[in-house]
Amino acid sequence: MNAPMSSPSGVYGVLAEYGSAQQLLEAVREARRAGYRALDAFTPFPVEAISEEVCDHHHSKVPLICLAGGVIGCLAGFALAYWTSVVDYPMNIGGKPYNSWPAFIPVIFECTVLFASFSAGIGMMVLNGLPQPYHPVFNVESFRRKASRDGYFLCLEAADARFDRSATRNFLVGTGALEVSDVEP
Amino acid sequence: MSLAPADHLIPKPFGTPSEVPVIAPGHSPASVTDKISSVVFGRMPLWFYAGMAVMFGGVMMLLAALTKLVFVGIGIWGNNNPVGWGFDIINFVWWIGIGHAGTLISAILLLLNQEWRTSINRFAEAMTLFAVACALIFPLFHTGRPWLAIYWLLPYPNTMAIWPNFRSPLIWDVFAVSTYGAVSLLFWFIGLLPDLASFRDRTKKAWQKRTYGALSMGWRGSARHWHNYESAYLLLAGLSTPLVLSVHSVVSFDFAVGQVPGWHATIFPPYFVAGAVFAGFAMVLTLMIPLRKFFGLQDFITMKHMDNMGKVMLVTGLIVGYGYLVEIFTAWYSGNIYEWYMMRNRVFGPYRWIWMSLILCNVLAIQPLWFARARKSIAALWIISMFVNFGMWFERFVIIPTSLHRDFLPGSWGMYYPTRWDFATFFGTIGLFMALMFLFVRVLPSIAMFEMKTLTTDARVKGGSHG
Repeated sequence: MNAPMSSPSGVYGVLAEYGSAQQLLEAVREARRAGYRALDAFTPFPVEAISEEVCDHHHSKVPLICLAGGVIGCLAGFALAYWTSVVDYPMNIGGKPYNSWPAFIPVIFECTVLFASFSAGIGMMVLNGLPQPYHPVFNVESFRRKASRDGYFLCLEAADARFDRSATRNFLVGTGALEVSDVEP
Repeated sequence: MSLAPADHLIPKPFGTPSEVPVIAPGHSPASVTDKISSVVFGRMPLWFYAGMAVMFGGVMMLLAALTKLVFVGIGIWGNNNPVGWGFDIINFVWWIGIGHAGTLISAILLLLNQEWRTSINRFAEAMTLFAVACALIFPLFHTGRPWLAIYWLLPYPNTMAIWPNFRSPLIWDVFAVSTYGAVSLLFWFIGLLPDLASFRDRTKKAWQKRTYGALSMGWRGSARHWHNYESAYLLLAGLSTPLVLSVHSVVSFDFAVGQVPGWHATIFPPYFVAGAVFAGFAMVLTLMIPLRKFFGLQDFITMKHMDNMGKVMLVTGLIVGYGYLVEIFTAWYSGNIYEWYMMRNRVFGPYRWIWMSLILCNVLAIQPLWFARARKSIAALWIISMFVNFGMWFERFVIIPTSLHRDFLPGSWGMYYPTRWDFATFFGTIGLFMALMFLFVRVLPSIAMFEMKTLTTDARVKGGSHG
């Protein structure tokens, strides 16, 4: 989505492949130590340590969005039951008060769960910028072939102030990468 | 806590290392991907098409039965006074119950850090979705004219200016089941995302690449994405757990809130939930045993899984059996002649053979599961799971028609006999369920690949901030 328009180097970044999740984790740490900030790692399955390193130990915002969705859902559920049963269409059912809130609990609960779940799901998508039809890393053949199977990749992006096409490339070779390739934008 | 991260694999959550692993030794992320995707990208055997054809026949039968119903009305079913709820509600509750194991496996066992769930959760979640779809057909068509019934099922501003009654268990049911269906679909889809991306990268055909590519929404396994993804997945598990417990509780309120002897009981919510898990695990075993055999997935669905599922079935079956005892005791202890008559009528009345079949299937047939030998025998497990599938259906029959057919006034007693259309609809939904299952196995990864990869030794990382 935010591929650099025309970075001076003419590439999106440099992509290195590693043999294992352990090596990738160490490479991410080295890149961090060397001062790289615009970087991303790619693994075929979640590796918590790598995610934490790449995200610089920031917490995900998904739980907050989920909580907000749950609160809105709870209020919306009660508002629906209250407004229809008390304001717009009051009916005497078995002598119960119009605002018979204990009987509204199941609906309120279900609305809370529904809103919270979809907030978490959609929130995750939006934070991740998905759906994303095009991303430069897919221009690398080995990434297409292995990233979702058994490949561990690190991409240092040209957006980084420290990025220099050949220096960054040499740096990645020095971290024990199996293969280093330029990523076309 | 997080979604099966590598750090969590090193200290085993429950004591001793198990003698049978949850994944056969020697698997790597690559072999897991290849093995599981080979089911979809390989050629399907002949029996697959034969089975699909039979089940598709069931779908056609369902469509014929529903078309007839819409043309003629629900008079073609056996429901009539005094039994106004027959096969429609029996089958609705039966299907919803079957669905519950999916959510239990994917959500509750995830929160409890039971890593053996990983290879069966995707399949069980699919089962949930398809079971909910089958379940919804019954109450929807029981209304006779579903397109007119919508105004009292769903709250929407209509020209009659009326609203549904939010004090009614039936409207609670609409909210509970529709929320359950929607959240299960979301949970399933989010769980599928990384695997759809994997399929996109593996397929050679352009149209498949496009389809899986669109569905995977450009997933690329970025560490930043996994960070949010794991958080969302865990939250969904946490939300689904109370949801699944609420759904069958609400379904049981359809009965328990009523005044009919045999329905008006406080044991209903926990006993329905236990029954749902019991039925669901039985269905998972019924389907999983042939699946692992025919597709050679024994490395991923090991005897450890069979053993654990047998144990869960035994425990929930015992809870259900306890529910039967408490019902009898409460009916007697209440001193209420209608309650006590209902119970004697249930056991000795005209439907006694259904009650006896229920006890045979749900209480007696599961007793061999106490023994490791039965839990380690594929044949025994499959036979017991079939008993339970039947038994849970009998349970719903016992609860619904036997409570309704003889209530307070002997002058209004009657018998309930299902018609051939009832059976056609019921067997039709079984066809629909199985046909959807066949399609699912054909086009989607039936085992969560990325989660299985976290169980391989390659996924272990030292020096994370937690360890």
